[in-house]
Amino acid sequence: MKNPKEAIKEKSMVIQKEMLANLFTELSNAKANGKKVVYTFVPGNLTELILALDMLPVYPEINALQSGMRKKSGGYIKDAEKIGFSEDVCTYVKCDIGMMLNGNIGPTGEKLPDPDLLLLSYTGCFTFLKWFENLEKLYPGVEIAMLHTPYQEDGVITDDQVNYMVKQLREDVIPKMEKVAGKKLDYDRLHHLLDNAAKAEDMWVQVLESAKNVPSPIDSYFAGVYYMGPLNTAFRGTDEAVSYYEELLREVTERKNLGLLPVTPEGEMPEEKFRLVVEGPPNWTNFREFWKIFYDLGAVIVASTYTKVGGVYDRGFRHEPDKPLESMAKYCMGCYTNLNLPQRVDLIEHYIKEYKADGFLINSIKSCNSFSAGQLLMMREIEQRCGIPVGFIESDLVDPRYFSYANIKNRLESYFQMLEQRKIILAQEAETVIG
Amino acid sequence: MNKYYLGIDLGSTTSKAVIINENDEIIGRGITNTRANYSVAADIARMEAVYNARFSILKRNLAQEIAEKPQYKKYISDLESVFQYEQFKVRIDKLGDELLKTCYNYFDGEKRLTMIDHLRIIRKAIKPKIKHLYIYEDLGSKNQFFRDIVSEKYNEEVAKFDNALFEPLMTIWDKSITAAENETVNFDFEHLINQAMDLLAEKYRNLPDQEENLPVSATSGFDAEMYLLKGEFTTISESLRDRIDEISRLEFHIENMTGTGYGRALLPFPADCIRSEILCHAFGAHAVFPETRTVLDIGGQDTKAIQVDKYGLVTSFQMNDRCAAGCGRYLGYIADEMSISLNELGPLAMQAEKEVTICSTCTVFAGAELRELTNMGEKRPDILGGLHKAIIMRAMSLIARSGGVYNEFTFTGGVARNQAVVKYLTQLVKENYGDNIKINIHTDSIFMGALGGAMFARRNIKADLPSAKKATA
Repeated sequence: MKNPKEAIKEKSMVIQKEMLANLFTELSNAKANGKKVVYTFVPGNLTELILALDMLPVYPEINALQSGMRKKSGGYIKDAEKIGFSEDVCTYVKCDIGMMLNGNIGPTGEKLPDPDLLLLSYTGCFTFLKWFENLEKLYPGVEIAMLHTPYQEDGVITDDQVNYMVKQLREDVIPKMEKVAGKKLDYDRLHHLLDNAAKAEDMWVQVLESAKNVPSPIDSYFAGVYYMGPLNTAFRGTDEAVSYYEELLREVTERKNLGLLPVTPEGEMPEEKFRLVVEGPPNWTNFREFWKIFYDLGAVIVASTYTKVGGVYDRGFRHEPDKPLESMAKYCMGCYTNLNLPQRVDLIEHYIKEYKADGFLINSIKSCNSFSAGQLLMMREIEQRCGIPVGFIESDLVDPRYFSYANIKNRLESYFQMLEQRKIILAQEAETVIG
Repeated sequence: MNKYYLGIDLGSTTSKAVIINENDEIIGRGITNTRANYSVAADIARMEAVYNARFSILKRNLAQEIAEKPQYKKYISDLESVFQYEQFKVRIDKLGDELLKTCYNYFDGEKRLTMIDHLRIIRKAIKPKIKHLYIYEDLGSKNQFFRDIVSEKYNEEVAKFDNALFEPLMTIWDKSITAAENETVNFDFEHLINQAMDLLAEKYRNLPDQEENLPVSATSGFDAEMYLLKGEFTTISESLRDRIDEISRLEFHIENMTGTGYGRALLPFPADCIRSEILCHAFGAHAVFPETRTVLDIGGQDTKAIQVDKYGLVTSFQMNDRCAAGCGRYLGYIADEMSISLNELGPLAMQAEKEVTICSTCTVFAGAELRELTNMGEKRPDILGGLHKAIIMRAMSLIARSGGVYNEFTFTGGVARNQAVVKYLTQLVKENYGDNIKINIHTDSIFMGALGGAMFARRNIKADLPSAKKATA
C-alpha cells in the first residue's frame, strides 16, 4: 500500500491532541508529583469524582485502541496469548495486558504510572470485571473499588436502582476513593465539575445533531470517535473540555451554515452519496484504511451507537450539579451497552428516521460480546421497521489478524452498490407510476 | 442496429460472459477457467459469448428452416462444434510451441532429444483423438475447458511411457500450460467458420454409407440425423452459405457492459461499469425467476445468502468469505483427494445409503478425516453424501443469518450443477422452511452473475465506453 498523505486536521483536533499530550506528561510525572492514579473504564466512568479528589484517570481500553492505531496491538496480543490468554478473549484486554507486560509505555512514548486504585463502575460489559481481576494480579495489593451498575433489563431506570447505586457510592466507592486520595471529597468542586460536564454535554449533542442537516457537516462515526474523546475520558467536567466543545461546535456550525461536508484525513468529502447509521465499534488497527473505503464511496455516517458508549446524551440525559450522586448513577445506567436490546433497536430506529439515513450498517466485532450479541436480531428488526437495506461486516477492535481489507471492501462495495441501485430503480419505478 | 449488452463475471474458479439483447434475452454464453491473467480469462469468456451469440442469431434467423427440417439443426450444431475445434487447433499448436520451448529451456543433450521425441508421440496421439471427439461426439457442446481436455489426454499418453519419464514430462507440462493459457489468441470468426465449413464438408464426404464403416467408430453410435444430413449435405451447405456469411460479418455492437465477480476490479472497464457479484447474482436470479425472494449462490471461493425485494434489489446479504468448507473449492479438493473428477462427485454421492457425519470445519483437514473414515470401512458414496450434506448445513446457517428462506428460493452458482448438493439443499430447505417453498434451479445457474451484470448494463446507460470497441469481436 502507498504511504497515505498527511492527514487533514481541524483546529479542534489540534487542541485535543495538546490536551492528551499534557495529560500523558502529567501521568508520567504522577509518582514524582505525588499524584494518585486511578485506572477505570469509559462506559459509566466517574471522572468528575476522580478529578474532584485531585487524582488522575487512566482508561485501559483507550490505551488499547491507541495501541491498535499505532500498530502495536498485534505484538501485545501475542504476548498476552503467550502467558495463557485464549484466542477468544476480548482483544482490548489482551492488548492492555500485553502493553503492561512490555513496560506500560503509553501512546506518547511515556511510561504510564502503576495504578493506586482500580475503579470499576462497569456498564453492560462483564469482561471489565475479569479485566480488573487480571490487573489486580499484575499489581498485587492495589486498592479496588467496585460500583455495580444494574442492567436496564426492563428498559427503565427505577428509583430503587438509583438509590441502590447512590448507596454504593456513598458508603463504599467514595470512602475508598477518599482513602486512596488521602483527602475528603470537596462537593463544591464536584458541583463545578458537573456543571462543566453538563455544558460540554449540551454542546456535544448540538455537534451530533448537526448531522441531521443534509449534507451532514460531520462524520458521526469516524470523526465522532475523536469528537467524543474529551467527554468520555479524563476531561469531562474540566474547563478545557468546555473550551474544546465551544471550538468544535463553532467549527461544525460554520461548516453546516456553509453547506460543507465532513472533514476526513483524505480531505473534505467531495459528495454525500449515502447517509448511514452504524452500529458497533470501529476497527482500530486499520482505522484510516477503513474510513477511506467510506470516503471513496461517498458514504457519511450520520449517527452511530458507538459514540454513545460513554453516554447517550442526545436522548436527554445530563449530569446535574445539584443532584451529583443521583445523576452519576443515572449516567452509568444510561450508557449504550447498559441498554437492553429493544431499547437499542428503538434508538437506532430513531436515528435512521431523524437523521434521514439511507442504510444501516453493522460492524460486528469478533471479540466484543457486549456489542455483538443480538446484532443479527437488530438487523432483522431494523430492516422490517424502517424498510432500508442493512449491511453486515466483520472485523475486530485491535487484533490485526481479523481485519481482512479485501473482504471488508468487497462487502462494503456490494452494500453501497445495493443502496445506489435501489435509489436508481426506485426512482425509475416512481417515474413509471407517475408517468 | 441491434443493441447488445455484455456481462462478465470473473469468478475465482471460472469466468463467465453473457450477452443479452434489448429484451433481456440471453443470446450468448461463454465460460472458461479463471487463470493468473484475469484479462485473458475475461477476453476468452467474452469472445466465446460473442461467437455463441452469432450462432444463436443464425439459429433465430433460420427458425423456420430448422422447424421444418431437422437437417438444418444438425448442420448448425455440427458446425458449432467443428468451429470450436478450429479454435482448439490454434490453441493446441500454441501449446505445442510452449512445450518445445520449455524442453529447450530445461533439458539439453540426449535428454532434450528424448523429451522432444516423446512430446511428438504425444502430440501425434492426442490431436486426432480430440479432433474425433469434436467432429463426431459433439465435444464442443460439453462446456469443457481447453486445459482440462488437453491435460486429460496428455496424462493418458504420459501414463503409457516408462515411469522415469513421468516427472520430466509433467514438469514440461506444468511450465508450459500456464504460459499457453495466459496468452490471448485472436481469432478471425469469418476465417474460422469457413475452415469449419470445409472440415464439415470433408466429414460428410468421407462418411461411409454404412455405420460400421465409420472411421474410429468405437465410441460413436448410429446417428439418424447425421445420415439424414449426409444425403442433403451439399444442398444445405450451399443454401446456408449466405446466411452464415451474414452472421460472420454482422457488426456486433456492445452498447454497454458490466463486470462483476472477485476479479472485477482488474477488468479493463470504467469504474461505473463494475458491479458487485452479490447484486448481479440476485438480479440475474430474479430476472429468470421473478418471484425469487431468497437467493443462495455457492461459488468457487465464497457462499452468499441474499434477500431480494420484488424489483430484484438486494435488501440484505450474508457472506461466507473466510471458510472454504462451504464452497465449490471444497468439492474440488475432495475430488482431488479421491482421485476422481469433479463431475463424478455428485453422481457418486447420489448413491449414498446414509450420510457419514463429517466434523471437520476445515477443507484441508477434511482430507485427513476422509482417509480416516475410509480406513474405518465407511463406503465412498456414504462419505461423499456426508460431505455434500455438510456443505449445505453451512449454507443453511448462512441463510438463517441473512434472514431465512422466503418464497421463492433460487439456487445459483457453479455448484448448483451438482445433483447431490441440490438433493440435500432441497431436503434441508423443506425441513427448515416448509414443503411449500418453491426451489428454482436453472440450467444457466452458473451464468446468473454474468446475466445480472448484462441486465444492469442494459438499464444503466450512462457511461461513455472507452472499452466498448474492445468488445466487438
